[in-house]
Amino acid sequence: MGMTIAEKILAIHAGRESVSPKEIVDARIDYVMMNDVTGLPAFEVFEEFRTTPISEKSVLIQDHYVPNKDVASAEQAKAMREFARKYNINNHFDVGRGGVCHQIMIEHGFAAPGRLIVGADSHTCSYGALGALSTGIGSSEAASAMATGELWFRVPETQKFVIDGKPGKYVMGKDMILYIIGDIGVSGSLYRSMEFYGSAIESLSLSDRITISNMAIEAGAKCGIIPPDDKVFNYLKNRVIGEYSPVYADSDSEYEDTFEYDASEIKPMVAMPHLPENTIPASEIDVQIDQAYLGSCTNGRIEDLRVAAAILKGKKVHPDVRMIVVPASKNVFLQALREGLVEIFMDADAYVAGPTCGACLGGYMGVLAEGERCISSTNRNFIGRMGHKDSYVYLANPAVVAASAITGQITDPEDLEVGRT
Amino acid sequence: MNRYIKGRVWRFPENVDTDQIIPAKYLVTGDRQELAKHAFENVRPDFTEHVREGDIIVAGKNFGSGSSREHAPRALIGAGIACVIAPSFARIFYRNSINIGLPLVECDVDVVEGDILTVDFENGTVVDMNTMSEYSFHPLPDFLMDLLEFGLIENTKMKLERMKSR
Repeated sequence: MGMTIAEKILAIHAGRESVSPKEIVDARIDYVMMNDVTGLPAFEVFEEFRTTPISEKSVLIQDHYVPNKDVASAEQAKAMREFARKYNINNHFDVGRGGVCHQIMIEHGFAAPGRLIVGADSHTCSYGALGALSTGIGSSEAASAMATGELWFRVPETQKFVIDGKPGKYVMGKDMILYIIGDIGVSGSLYRSMEFYGSAIESLSLSDRITISNMAIEAGAKCGIIPPDDKVFNYLKNRVIGEYSPVYADSDSEYEDTFEYDASEIKPMVAMPHLPENTIPASEIDVQIDQAYLGSCTNGRIEDLRVAAAILKGKKVHPDVRMIVVPASKNVFLQALREGLVEIFMDADAYVAGPTCGACLGGYMGVLAEGERCISSTNRNFIGRMGHKDSYVYLANPAVVAASAITGQITDPEDLEVGRT
Repeated sequence: MNRYIKGRVWRFPENVDTDQIIPAKYLVTGDRQELAKHAFENVRPDFTEHVREGDIIVAGKNFGSGSSREHAPRALIGAGIACVIAPSFARIFYRNSINIGLPLVECDVDVVEGDILTVDFENGTVVDMNTMSEYSFHPLPDFLMDLLEFGLIENTKMKLERMKSR
């Protein structure tokens, strides 16, 4: 019987002819990534092994609490720096050199089709947009993977998601994945691999596809894989480290379920507090906001900034709203400067900051006070996620974030365009 | 690890995420006791004061959803939690818990806070001592049971030894 993409990648990396769902296999990993929060516990565990890490497979990225928010986070970042130095790990991205870890893994050519990549961060599933099987793990596992170059995996069942049809002007990858999570729920793909197909997926930019794979975890999935095409191969030219081999599903592969959607029916969506499955179209919401946040591994790429800048150009952020723009990497920031986007944001009274995970997880740089509401291009709206336990995060695409920043209430950009607000 | 435990129930709803278990602002240490001081701070402020060694968490589906932070099961172990029972668990939380020795039971049980439960990991049964209701679950496959028993650290050390002798 044929295999799905996840099954095939696991089989190849386990040195097997084939694998089946529910089996537990030991597989060779291509890269293991850690950030400043998950790094420290991993380094402590690693020292117990009394060995040296496979340094070329280890990637250390400072992003959660850098530049450091306090002394404790400074100590944590220092531990990463010292670990990198001690074991000659060259793939260490410190302040001013990198950005949000998943953007770096993609930009710097670690992520590529057919690879098996693990990371001590749940949004490691992002690289599925390039045809990799990438998935989040814990710190002890990251330590184990650095030492052995292998890890145990349960072969997931695969669900197939097919999105055909032409999406509307302001409908982005974010809306497609929010729509799917709204349909299947936050545990709708628990332990599963999601595979995405259809003309709407094919028409999306790589950036929008990354948003979709990034939020597979929000449905509980192990990974969210999109078969790689020329958009991926072109992106990887002069970027990818080493060779790679694309992997596709066999024509007789077995899917646990198939879900079909029509992109033309998907509107700009918002996930209401406190779960990503609480989705309704932005146009149906009447909520005043205090903050608008544009950034993160989900929607902090240059394409996202362009969409928001086009809406904000020549306009002002509502007087009662703070808008915070955080490009996902140094390269995104530089590109935004070159294209004049930073000027557009600043002219509109938005605050533009250097790359960090920052407020997405309630760390710093935009934490919410009691009762405050934020429209956010990030991935989670859990209780207390962005600050006070009685604050509220509404997830949306960058266009909705920009339109809402202008009007001061959650707004479908289409309505702003035709003056319906 | 004990293959038979008895403990008092803390009841939680479905979709308890790792931000609820341990808010991100405390992710500046890996220390179990230190993390335990802030477990469920936003959603159950009474938890840390009243939790006792050997207590059992019984939750709804998708317990531990969200981030990959191993700090979540570490905080629960630090707080003395002996076992978590839920109809389903988020996958990274599941891996982390098994790897560091926090037993999880995939089982849908109808119990209330404060009940005393016994969990028999060998035979796959949960008994509510207050109502004498009995529930059964599939014991972990051998590989995961070994991992739970010895821990990922020991498992990795053994693997490194095997690799050396290859």
